[in-house]
Amino acid sequence: MKKSPAKKRPAKTGRSDFFILRLYIAGQTPNSVTAIANLKKICEDKLKGKYRIQVVDLLEKPQLAKGDQIIAIPTLVRRLPPPVKKIIGNLSKTESVIVGLDIQPAR
Amino acid sequence: MPRSKPTPKVAHPSLAKAPTGIQGLDEVTGGGLPRGRVSLVCGNAGCGKSLLAMEFLVRGALRYGEPGVCVNFEETEEKLTANVASLGFDLRALTRQKKLLIDYVFIERNQIAEAGEYNLDGLFIRLAHAVKAIKAKRVVLDSVQALFAGVADPGILRSELQRLFRWLEDQKLTAIVTGEAGVHALTRHNLEEYIADCVIALDHRVTEQISTRRLRIVKYRGTSHGTDEYPFLIDEEGISVVPITSLALTHKALVERVSTGIPALDVMMEGKGFFRGSSVLVTGTSGTGKSSVAASFVSAACARGEACLYFTFEESPGQILRNMRSVGLNLERWVKKGLLHFNAMRPTSTGLEGHLAAIHKLIAKLQPSIVVIDPITNLISASGNYDVKSMLVRLVDFLKVAQITSMFTNLTFAGDPQERTAAAVSSLMDTWIVLRDSKPNGRPRRELYVLKSRGMAHSREVHELMVSERGLELGAVLRDHTLAATVDGPHVVSAAE
Repeated sequence: MKKSPAKKRPAKTGRSDFFILRLYIAGQTPNSVTAIANLKKICEDKLKGKYRIQVVDLLEKPQLAKGDQIIAIPTLVRRLPPPVKKIIGNLSKTESVIVGLDIQPAR
Repeated sequence: MPRSKPTPKVAHPSLAKAPTGIQGLDEVTGGGLPRGRVSLVCGNAGCGKSLLAMEFLVRGALRYGEPGVCVNFEETEEKLTANVASLGFDLRALTRQKKLLIDYVFIERNQIAEAGEYNLDGLFIRLAHAVKAIKAKRVVLDSVQALFAGVADPGILRSELQRLFRWLEDQKLTAIVTGEAGVHALTRHNLEEYIADCVIALDHRVTEQISTRRLRIVKYRGTSHGTDEYPFLIDEEGISVVPITSLALTHKALVERVSTGIPALDVMMEGKGFFRGSSVLVTGTSGTGKSSVAASFVSAACARGEACLYFTFEESPGQILRNMRSVGLNLERWVKKGLLHFNAMRPTSTGLEGHLAAIHKLIAKLQPSIVVIDPITNLISASGNYDVKSMLVRLVDFLKVAQITSMFTNLTFAGDPQERTAAAVSSLMDTWIVLRDSKPNGRPRRELYVLKSRGMAHSREVHELMVSERGLELGAVLRDHTLAATVDGPHVVSAAE
């Protein structure tokens, strides 16, 4: 499973339909694995390539929990486009994810 | 004296305690909080639970070498640091020295959207990371009730809380969790159901404009604890709990005597004066010389090198020093030498419990052998409906156990001889000296006599009390006084004065 390192990448300016999503997990627990899979699927369906997923494993980097005030695992944070939005859970409720992230289908 | 034991003693982990370092609290809990367990401190808003938890961490770090982590759900690190600075806790320094770590966990009030199963591993990871960073032995979660607002699913919350407390115990961390008082239960979300070992409830109420703070041990498994409410106060040194409640009459009766400070009065008391550790009551109407009697007592004690603590509720120390100078008592030199300490307070500045707590704290700090409370009159009246006697019983009991000789002055009112005093305090007192004004044949004079003094053959005669620049002296026995001492106490025989 591909994991991008959790470092902030400069945003592609001006493109309000490009999503940068950060998923916080804590090891390869069932919920975390499910969340990653669900997230990929939703992004493929709805965002059609106009997205980047960052996966942050807090077991490896616990100090990163503080920045986004992460308590629940998994937590998905929409970093771009603003405003920041948060959803918790393994993302099996697809509708909730779409509404919570405010994903407009990419044109 | 070592005895050879046949088998090694087995330690009982459930009884091990972590000392809090909070004055009075370790006495009340028999050693502190249960080590390696989670304790709950709950109470209404402003009761002091966050301060208690923070002091537990600070004292743990400074006094017992146990670093602590504070997971704070309510205040940021900056706000918390500013708030406890007034207690003398320098959180920034402690953080720098890695004795303390504060982690502010912000929980959104509006619940975050949930899209499937989750748990609170994020919180666990943060806590574990913090504990590991400073090798903490103590943890505070203040207040974990914030989780109830932020986490929508009660099932997940319940199981995660249980998992959290189990984790803390597995890590052998001694933890305090704070919770807000509930209406029908001890805490708003029945937190007490998760806590097996120790629950402490704090109460802060304002009645008739006087604020009172009390602490109660609701539950402490494995320890026989007093179920009373203990008064406590919060001041610039932190929290102090007044640990006195037991009314077991176990104090020793000392045989050593101390001078009254008035030689002729010593003569009336078998030539020796009061018993050390006894309680003395001095009553009289206004201006009869009660404070002068107290000052003479204290002056003689200081001359012997004994530390004295003088609580004054009516006059300022400056006034007392000036007034006593006029009767030949130089108290200032004892103040300068550090043998005499004055503590002045208005009776209505706090409730009776507050006074008790302050008195107790000062006595613990200064360790005097003599304590004067001048007068107790207004304390009695400031207490309102409260049971005055029980508070005074506690105070006198505490003083006797500490073997402190105490003197209390009380104002009585002409025409209302001694009944009011009798009702409140006289039975607590070993010695009762009565002062009185009278005007036989038109010449005003002061009178003094010893109404009672347990354990000694004291003179029952009435003497004239002379107050001059030479100090207090007793004149000859008076035969023409109008007092008839009866078993119930003195009262005026007739109105023929």
